[in-house]
Amino acid sequence: MIPVAFDYVRPESVDAAVALLGERGEDASVLAGGHSLLPLMKLRFAAPELLIDIGRLEELQYLRLDGDEIAIGAGTRHTTLEASELLDTECPLLPAVARTVGDPQVRHRGTLGGSLAHADPASDLPAAVLALDGTVVLRGPRGARRVPLTGFYTGVFSSVKEPDELLVEVRVPRTGAAGWAYEKFTRRANDWAIVAVAVVDGWVGLVNMGPTPLRASATEAALAGGASIEEAAALADEGTDPPADSAGSTEYRRHLARLLTRRALTTAGR
Amino acid sequence: MSIMGTRVVRTEDPAFLTRGGTYTADIALPGALHLTLVRSPVAHARIASVDVAEARSAPGVVDVVTGTDVDLEPVRMGPVGHAAMVRPFLATDRVRFVGEPVAAVLTEQAYEGPDAAELVIVDYYPLPAVVDLQAAARDEVLLFDEAGTNTVVGFGLEKPFDEHLFDGCDAVVTAEIVNQRLAAAPLETRAATAQWGDDGRLTLWCSTQNAQATRAEVAGWLGIETARLRVITPDVGGGFGAKIGADPEFALVGWLAQRTGRAVRWSESRSENMTGMLQGRAQRQTVTIGGTRDGRVLAYRLDILADAGAYPRLGAFLPYFTRSMAPAVYDIARVESRARVVATTTTSIGAYRGAGRPEATAAIERAMDMFATEIAADPAEVRKRNLIPPDAFPFRTKGRVTYDSGEYAKALDLVLDAAGYAGLRAEQAARRERGDAVQLGIGLATFVEITGGGAFAEDASVEVHPGGTVTVLTGTSPHGQGHATAWAMLASEHLGIPIEMITVRHGDTDLVPRGAGTMGSRSLQTGGVAVDQAAAELVELAKQRAADVLEAAVGDLELVGGAVRVRGTDASVALGRLAETERLRTEATFDSGAPTFPFGAHLAVVEVDVESGKAVVNKIVTVDDAGPVLNPLIAEGQRHGGIAQGIAQALFEEVVFDPDGNPLTASFADYGVPSAAELPSFTLLDMATPTHLNPLGVKGIGEAGTIGATPAVQNAVVDAVAHLGVRHIDMPATPLRVWEAIRAGSS
Repeated sequence: MIPVAFDYVRPESVDAAVALLGERGEDASVLAGGHSLLPLMKLRFAAPELLIDIGRLEELQYLRLDGDEIAIGAGTRHTTLEASELLDTECPLLPAVARTVGDPQVRHRGTLGGSLAHADPASDLPAAVLALDGTVVLRGPRGARRVPLTGFYTGVFSSVKEPDELLVEVRVPRTGAAGWAYEKFTRRANDWAIVAVAVVDGWVGLVNMGPTPLRASATEAALAGGASIEEAAALADEGTDPPADSAGSTEYRRHLARLLTRRALTTAGR
Repeated sequence: MSIMGTRVVRTEDPAFLTRGGTYTADIALPGALHLTLVRSPVAHARIASVDVAEARSAPGVVDVVTGTDVDLEPVRMGPVGHAAMVRPFLATDRVRFVGEPVAAVLTEQAYEGPDAAELVIVDYYPLPAVVDLQAAARDEVLLFDEAGTNTVVGFGLEKPFDEHLFDGCDAVVTAEIVNQRLAAAPLETRAATAQWGDDGRLTLWCSTQNAQATRAEVAGWLGIETARLRVITPDVGGGFGAKIGADPEFALVGWLAQRTGRAVRWSESRSENMTGMLQGRAQRQTVTIGGTRDGRVLAYRLDILADAGAYPRLGAFLPYFTRSMAPAVYDIARVESRARVVATTTTSIGAYRGAGRPEATAAIERAMDMFATEIAADPAEVRKRNLIPPDAFPFRTKGRVTYDSGEYAKALDLVLDAAGYAGLRAEQAARRERGDAVQLGIGLATFVEITGGGAFAEDASVEVHPGGTVTVLTGTSPHGQGHATAWAMLASEHLGIPIEMITVRHGDTDLVPRGAGTMGSRSLQTGGVAVDQAAAELVELAKQRAADVLEAAVGDLELVGGAVRVRGTDASVALGRLAETERLRTEATFDSGAPTFPFGAHLAVVEVDVESGKAVVNKIVTVDDAGPVLNPLIAEGQRHGGIAQGIAQALFEEVVFDPDGNPLTASFADYGVPSAAELPSFTLLDMATPTHLNPLGVKGIGEAGTIGATPAVQNAVVDAVAHLGVRHIDMPATPLRVWEAIRAGSS
């Protein structure tokens, strides 16, 4: 449980962090909350030569209205999402999902940007932001770019973010009074989801139903076409490629996706 | 006022909860080397070569050792097994489980070890893994060629089963049941530190449940006289049976300290612990039960195929206890059982909380429920019909043991009343009628177990020092149980000295050379009784001495508040004063000569979401009768922990290997230890039926929870979905398994 030796830098600004990534991005990992990265390093599944610690950068810790959207600094911790009155009013799905992540220790360390950048298909927040049709802002040596989350993920633990880019902001729409729900299915309270379903305003995000977080497109289309909840939910696993492990066969995960989608849509519709 | 039976808050807890204890890994010796073990990543292979050249030149490396360097004889490490089933201290030509140590790397600093260990190059020629127990029993692939078989031991295999066992039964039910493999997963992983003194003696600090047995084992393995080895167990952070005795790593640490002439420290990681530490249970059972349509069970058969893991240890013997307890609390006319224990290319099996008895209870409690279903009777009524009556004790069983005392029906009635059994059944019927998504299941287990088995004798000494402080020495060392408080209470009761002035010492073989340790729920009924007797004898000794000082007859003296007083006068002398002229110390040995048999009844209520298969426990009501209770706070803590681990086996935990012998549950992300969030509050009912086997009348309480709660919860899950055609679900009853069972049942 001792990682391979590494260098450690704590840049004083986002500019400095981006500059560092520009120089050593290929060999570096960005450290924020550390609750995904550090266990991987201790198990020697990851061995970055350099850790760039952005965990204390206050300029990445904000949460504000920005027109029709809410702009959230990538360094914003899960606990901050949980406690945000602004989100409770403007985007209540997000704090509800944040509340289900890991345990209190994890939520005090973990960040929204870290969770999205880590690209774990079993994580809660990526599917939630996907269901919200959210966007991430990446900054690199070539400047900043906005990437909708629907085009962000490319596979397990991988995304279109280049090694020299830093995920600096997450933008989600103000969903206001639109119906929402998060159905997370676990064996233990602090487990990763076997399957989870995030629903907001007729959009549906799926956790752990493939190599990336997914949208249940067939369900969304059916709903838009006037299908009933039962009919739409029955399509939730269409186009998915769920994994099989001791917690669930692919067949069981498909069943859960349909079941949890039905329940989430029912809750959201109330 | 007597301190016995009162809720004394544990005196050891403030330190544990604030500054922390002092564990083996905290023993810092100047100049000590750090041991990192290179462990096999494959389950079964021949070792072609081990190349340590590059590792030797890595930063901080002092020595790298392979199996051929070690001049210790491979040894048989368990009480049973073929003579050829021996384990080397580092693998030489063969590895037999993932995690088996192959090379030892010694570094100046702990952090240098893992880097150097990665540079050790081992060439493995893979051999077929042996994971499935039936395949192991067929001996197609052998773990130990010289043994000629994978069977470690058989119990009752000499004669075939009686063809007529179930003659006369109206209803006979049989089922295959898995009692799955579990990890003990203590908070403190294994650790050892060794240092040779200038006097030629080895001091070994290690995390174990019994220092004295560890000393005998390690001295034997190292080939040194027992007197040349001192074993010290500092605070131990949980054991649950997996820390009974010594592990081979302990001897290796001692041997490496001799080889290098330096102190050597070893403390394993959690990942190493999840493959290297002894695991528990691991039985496949075939149960058959038969009886009359009106609920009388006439015959019961238990056929066990048990896993020993790669190198047979204590676990290979435990099916013996399972057979002893096979008939459980029931008076059944015809009972037979047998067990075959086989070696597999997996982590070795040892004791785990309950150790052989939960397996027996789980088997017959599932069988009773299946029998009740078969004859369409209420499971509580079927149990009552067959329980051993209270006037039958002492009761010689078909398992060939003698139960000391019991009131089984009373325990069951208490639980049924407290839980509102009839109301629960009505609620269940209503939900079934409505076809609710969340169904109710009610599970029962009536149980009896053995405690204090195996080792019946224990020593204790009590000494009052000048100034009035007291030292108690005991051979039963704690790994979380609360001996410091409990033994101080026993001494305080006799001496009238407050527990704050009483120190309990243990776990150092120079201080306490004899003792069997803490396991099998034995401490209070052996070591505790010895403390009680030593303290009582000390009072008599003090009176004799005080008789001279006070110029009074012994018969006129009484002990009051830590002083001997002449009855009805103010003339007294404090015990501490009496200790000033001559040591005031007594020793006692108590030998119960036989184990005790605590019993009880557990009722579990679970809600099962029949659409997803998820079961949630929402009520647990138990009677755990272990005789009179010394400290209810401690006893309830034992019950809580045991029930939690019972629920864990029923719903969450299972050590899994793939067909190639790769562990799939080697971290806490994959191995499902539940937390408080998964557990309800428990309703604990009190009942105290004394034993005649010791003067305190006490039995053991440490394992009751895992024995009673496990089948109660499992039965409740099956009960919740029984109306959907489900007859049995193996543990752990995960959402996936429950969902699959419902689908199979409905199809």
